Amino acid sequence: MAANKEASLSTSGLPGQAESPVDMEEWLHMYRQMFRIRSFEEQVNQLYTKAIMPGLAHLYIGEEAIAVGVCEALNKTDYITSTHRGHGHCLAKGASPDRMFAELLGKDAGYCRGKGGSMHIADQEGGNLGANAIVGAGAGIATGAAFSAKMRKSDQVAVSFFGEGALGQGLLYEVMNMASLWKLPILYVCENNLYNEYTPYKQTTAGEISARPAAFGIRVEEVDGQDVRTVHYTARRLIEYARAGHGPAFLLCNTYRYHGHHVGDINRTYYRSKEEELHWSTERDPLKMLATWLTEQGAADDSIINQIEKEAHAEIQAAVEFGIQAPYPDPKEVDEHVYA
Amino acid sequence: MSTHKTSAPATARVSRANGEPVHNKAEREITMAQAVREALAEEMRRDPRVFIMGEDVAEAGTPFKVLLGLVDEFGTDRVIDTPISEPGFCAIGVGAAMTGMRPVIDIMFGDFLTLTMDQIANQAAKIRYMSGGKFKVPIVFRTTLGATRRSAAQHSQSLHAWPSHVPGLKVALPSTPYDAKGLLKTAIRDDNPVVYFEDKMNFQTKGLVPEGEILIPFGVADIKRSGTDITLVATSSMVYVALGAADKLKEIGISAEVIDPRTLFPLDKQTLIDSARKTSRAIIIDEGYERYGVTGELASVIADGAFYYLDAPVKRMGAMDVPIPFSPALEDLTVPTAETVFQAAKTLCGRS
Repeated sequence: MAANKEASLSTSGLPGQAESPVDMEEWLHMYRQMFRIRSFEEQVNQLYTKAIMPGLAHLYIGEEAIAVGVCEALNKTDYITSTHRGHGHCLAKGASPDRMFAELLGKDAGYCRGKGGSMHIADQEGGNLGANAIVGAGAGIATGAAFSAKMRKSDQVAVSFFGEGALGQGLLYEVMNMASLWKLPILYVCENNLYNEYTPYKQTTAGEISARPAAFGIRVEEVDGQDVRTVHYTARRLIEYARAGHGPAFLLCNTYRYHGHHVGDINRTYYRSKEEELHWSTERDPLKMLATWLTEQGAADDSIINQIEKEAHAEIQAAVEFGIQAPYPDPKEVDEHVYA
Repeated sequence: MSTHKTSAPATARVSRANGEPVHNKAEREITMAQAVREALAEEMRRDPRVFIMGEDVAEAGTPFKVLLGLVDEFGTDRVIDTPISEPGFCAIGVGAAMTGMRPVIDIMFGDFLTLTMDQIANQAAKIRYMSGGKFKVPIVFRTTLGATRRSAAQHSQSLHAWPSHVPGLKVALPSTPYDAKGLLKTAIRDDNPVVYFEDKMNFQTKGLVPEGEILIPFGVADIKRSGTDITLVATSSMVYVALGAADKLKEIGISAEVIDPRTLFPLDKQTLIDSARKTSRAIIIDEGYERYGVTGELASVIADGAFYYLDAPVKRMGAMDVPIPFSPALEDLTVPTAETVFQAAKTLCGRS
């Protein structure tokens, strides 16, 4: 594969703008990462419909470019916090799909020994401080991790992923205020998928989203969340900015959730049209967009894309099998890990 | 006769009957506020990961002046004034604790715990369990309790039952300067979230406290006075109320044993049970609301563990189940006093 470089995108002229082009190999890697997430989520959906998985899950399909574009700009030692819609962030930050499936199925081999499940999956070694079932709560924890990184002079950055639903939570504004006052190394990534659960965000969100962090003096950028290249370049710039000690940044990503709020949300026409869903999945799909661009650049063709997809699919198949076969936790574990 | 709950002597000359090892270190008489400050200073000198965060904690030293002077020694990097954002700075504390720090978060009035319950009960308390033991959250939430300060309904509550209800949290509530120092140092070294309550009315209460290291293990009750006829289990400043009642009871020939659990979780059930088995009667005195509260939990421990030894039902005395009123004429009626405990004990002992 040619290691040709893409010309760097224009920058905003603010600190932290240094930009080295991204190798085509890296874009192919990001394609693989996005496809792994999609394939993982499709398996989750099947586990639900086949009644193999206990409980529910919230699928990330359609939003893959954000988790991948941002996490590819992070170091392993950097922190993230995630949401109820968190499988994509977890995978993108480096978690292994077999142990993730084990967790989703409540198995002993899961990242949290089956105690967390889909909504609390965490990967300490990979820097994932956890998904959170309280909307907006991850922003608080990530700000604390950034605070700690600054106190420890560790050079780490924290990223908080949240949906636009978290814009309704006061906690977010409290911690953005402190992050700005204290110049904490944190990037707030808002994934605006247009719906707070079953309610269009325009019904719940007054004014301009970007004006909110801007009011705290936080650097804001708004991007097409379906375009992994734009997400990645912008995230790199903002993460560098935060790491350099300039303070927090806010990345607003416009995106779309192809599936329902959770796997059981099948009939959605009362809150959005099938035409709208079709438009996003055909015209605005992050995988298609990157594959098309790579092909246009001569960096990939159908056989290369197919090969990546085949390998990723096989990995996910093996992972789900691992999860299904894994044993449940020993009953004696029920009251372990309450206290350290 | 004052009905004020703090009618107990200002100096807490409380014995440590079952208590801690005798220290060779010099004991001085200092206030509860000084004891708290000393514990924080010692722990911050010992461990650079410890820091204090909250509203007006630095130069102001809190409205109660408990932290006065700490910022001079440790600077504003470790004694950190925050905006008035209790959920926000508690959340930052949780994230910092998960990533290697040991925060002591100052929540000025215990009533403000209501603002922080997500951070304490959903986040700090559950993160270790939800992660299957991967993360630990070594954080102390230092806050206050206690009525009779004429602060009305939103600055006077004693909400220690709330965190005590939630698995994953530990709860400490010292009554004496000695216990305040020893329990706070233990709390800071604990790898779990601890909610630590001080009674605002006790900050100027004096007591003997050794210089330097004292660590009081959690889950060890202290017998503040030995007795044979009735057990008075009391928490925080209710210990003074119980001791005041014990003085009165002694005058009429009733010997009361006063026990301070010191931590609600872990709870030293055995000391409570042993005492009730010995005396055959027990009253639980606590300043939280009586209904569904600490008194109910502790009474059930004794009822379970000492049932065949009891000569009377276990009695509970908590705060009256009303929002705390402002008027002194009303407020003083809402909390147990030495007199009301004395009367209840007398009745329980068949001496009406």
